[in-house]
Amino acid sequence: MPGSDKETDLTERIEAFLSELKRGGCGTGPLRGSSETARETTALLRRITAQARWSSAGDLMEIIRKEGRRMTAAQPSETTVGNMVRRVLKIIREEYARSRGSSEEADQQESLHKLLTSGGLSEENFRQHFAPLKANVIEAINELLTELEGTTDNIAMQALEHIHSNEVIMTIGRSRTVEAFLKDAARKRKFHVIVAECAPFCQGHEMATSLSKAGIETTVIADAGIFAVMSRVNKVIIGTQTVLANGGLRAVNGTHTLALAAKHHSTPLIICAPMFKLSPQFPNEEDTFHKFVSPQEVLPFTEGEILSKVNVHCPVFDYVPPELITLFISNIGGHAPSYIYRLMSELYHPEDHEL
Amino acid sequence: MADSEVTDQSGPKDGIERAKNEGKELTKEEKQRLRKEKKQQKKGKEKKDDKAPKESQKEKPPAAAAQPSTQPSTQPSTQAPSQKVCSAVPAPAVAAAAAETTAAKEKPTKSKAELKAERRARQEADRASKQGKKGDGAQAAPAKSKAAPSELQPVVKRLPEHIQVDNPDVLKKLAKKLERQQIPLRSDYGYKVSLFSHLHQYSRKAPLTQQLSIPSSVIHPAIVRLGLQYSQGIVAGSNARSVALLHAFKQVIRDYTTPPNEELSRDLVNKLKPYISFLNQCRPLSASMGNAIKYIKKEISNIPNQCKDKEAKNKLLNCIDCYINEKIVLAAKAIAKYAIEKISDGDVILVYGCSSLVNNILCEAFEKNRKFRVIVVDSRPRLEGREALRRLVQRGIRCTYVLISAVSYILPEVSKVFLGAHALLANGYVMSRVGTSQIALVAKAFNVPVLVCCETYKFCERVQTDSFVSNELDDPDDLIVTRKGKTQLENWQDVELLGLLNLVYDVTPPDFVDLVITDLGMIPCTSVPVVLRVKNVDM
Repeated sequence: MPGSDKETDLTERIEAFLSELKRGGCGTGPLRGSSETARETTALLRRITAQARWSSAGDLMEIIRKEGRRMTAAQPSETTVGNMVRRVLKIIREEYARSRGSSEEADQQESLHKLLTSGGLSEENFRQHFAPLKANVIEAINELLTELEGTTDNIAMQALEHIHSNEVIMTIGRSRTVEAFLKDAARKRKFHVIVAECAPFCQGHEMATSLSKAGIETTVIADAGIFAVMSRVNKVIIGTQTVLANGGLRAVNGTHTLALAAKHHSTPLIICAPMFKLSPQFPNEEDTFHKFVSPQEVLPFTEGEILSKVNVHCPVFDYVPPELITLFISNIGGHAPSYIYRLMSELYHPEDHEL
Repeated sequence: MADSEVTDQSGPKDGIERAKNEGKELTKEEKQRLRKEKKQQKKGKEKKDDKAPKESQKEKPPAAAAQPSTQPSTQPSTQAPSQKVCSAVPAPAVAAAAAETTAAKEKPTKSKAELKAERRARQEADRASKQGKKGDGAQAAPAKSKAAPSELQPVVKRLPEHIQVDNPDVLKKLAKKLERQQIPLRSDYGYKVSLFSHLHQYSRKAPLTQQLSIPSSVIHPAIVRLGLQYSQGIVAGSNARSVALLHAFKQVIRDYTTPPNEELSRDLVNKLKPYISFLNQCRPLSASMGNAIKYIKKEISNIPNQCKDKEAKNKLLNCIDCYINEKIVLAAKAIAKYAIEKISDGDVILVYGCSSLVNNILCEAFEKNRKFRVIVVDSRPRLEGREALRRLVQRGIRCTYVLISAVSYILPEVSKVFLGAHALLANGYVMSRVGTSQIALVAKAFNVPVLVCCETYKFCERVQTDSFVSNELDDPDDLIVTRKGKTQLENWQDVELLGLLNLVYDVTPPDFVDLVITDLGMIPCTSVPVVLRVKNVDM
């Protein structure tokens, strides 16, 4: 029967996506970058909207929340999955509100005044059925997908506003966004880039070869040399894995040292991060913040005897507090870290923070 | 040997003025004439001591000051006195303004003679003070008072060759000097990052010893072996290099016989010069090695003439053993004693890389039954921390191992940071393995105390504020790594815009360091020039 075929097909796709998430994971060299993950997640959510059986917005939201929980549980460090789920939930809320006829403004901000005067707003249960809701939601998700496709280009377009000639720019590890950013600036300006290799994964090497092939003068340094060369650096431009709700970062390990060195020399620290990396998490969940990979990267098995007597840690991420950050460059422009909370309220609904 | 004092300006004046007018260096004949004139004026004329420091104030420090000490080495032995004077002076190495070097090129003629004379005067003062100490207290006083004002006078400094690689004149002079000493010149390797074009960058795959003939008649085989061990990194670490150097010199002294018509005190120093050039070519000398060499040269030149060969050699061997024992072994014990007071039970101590001194402290503290655990931080490409890890684990100390990029993850657990030093500079900066300043920076951000352990023989009169002007560039190929079967940087030489930078040292500002533990006690970073001054007066 066509209905059940569609369903099994859907569940198959979801399972395939989950297992890819579990196997993939970033840090050791992502099988995919964050933007691909975001796009795939959104495409999958669109498919769920199209093919799953639901009658009201509430049902749809329940389904999406359930799948979202499973997806984030598969790979907790891949926050873009959760972010996209929350975006879609927000889209559904908006479309529902629009269909109901109430203005968008009324639902969005829960200002203090509204909390006092209209207590009934939170009792919205999304039970009403609207026929065009499905089409509207799918259209909105399509818009989201186009936005996702253009993020890297939007960020790269802003490069010339931030890089002047004969600058020395420092970066760490490998970020596709920063790579595009620097390559775009290199079309018109001449500058020098220093890449910290970011042991033990040494992704900085790949970044350096790619940049030098694009005509940018590049130097690779070991992580230990970050503070030594920082006095000659004009700007530090890095990418990140996640932007946290307080404006801090969860970035590749070594970034905190880089940020401290930049602060010491009063060098601006610029983060190139598209909006889908913004996550409503806060950094105080100690046990879930850090992710570790095999200590074999740090102390290989060839070291033999001492391995059993030694603790070896290989964390993948670092926390960078917002005080050390100067500017965020995203696909919708540049922001200070203190503005992040505002962006969050525009992108996600507060009830969706906990999936 | 009563070399009396020499005048400075009258004799060589006309030759110098002529050379100055022509703007050329003195030719060989002119130099010989200068020396002859100086010898004639040896007896009788009193040189005013205060005049010499004033002249040194007038002069710019020439880079070619190395020349007067080495040029005469090929001259017959009558030139030995001036040479000995130059070598015996405890002149500090570096730090004239770089801009002055080109100006100094024009003036070396004038300052060479003046410098020689001034150094001879100082040597006389030292010797007079020594003889005075033996008998007469009154003689010592004027010698000391002569020494005291001269300490406050600016000391003549010369810029070492190894930080002037971008200057073709300096390179030519070095090539000439090495040719005379029959030592091969080591060539630079690979593309150098523009910020560091003033430093050498050698490849480990092309050691200097490949260019030597076998058997090498100029260089003692112990020195050849030592040079190879340095350049391949087999002997690494400040203390290890100094001790190896001193042992090699002991072997040289044992095998040395004074040629006829020569004096041991002068000839042996001449013999050592090409060895030192060779070692410098293999790997630039460290601050501790520099101080050790100064000490040896001083001891050699202080051997009295009447001493027989065998006696003199025994004396020198004893001196060297004493130096190693005092400055390195006993100093380590003293530092360990002080440092153990700072280690309490339950401490989590962070160390970086492999410092023999810090390892020693930790092992001693463990033997005294202090309960602590150690976190060893390591960095690519040298990965020296693994060696430290092995040594500590062998003793039974509980250890954790991370790379330097994870230091901000591990630091909240740490209670103290112990760091070793390669040298302590006179402005309070700590020169150490690259990455040390980073660890100190992050520790400061987390409010963890940073203690640096350093023996006094590593104190250096140089000043430096950043890691660029004077550093060592290691083989850039060390950064290449193969992960998952792919070597990204394999053909970095072919890509013209790609450079690899492998620094060896960096300087840590004194605000990051809370305490320096030395064999003289526990001092703040800023007290280093005080210690240097005290040491100089003693010596």
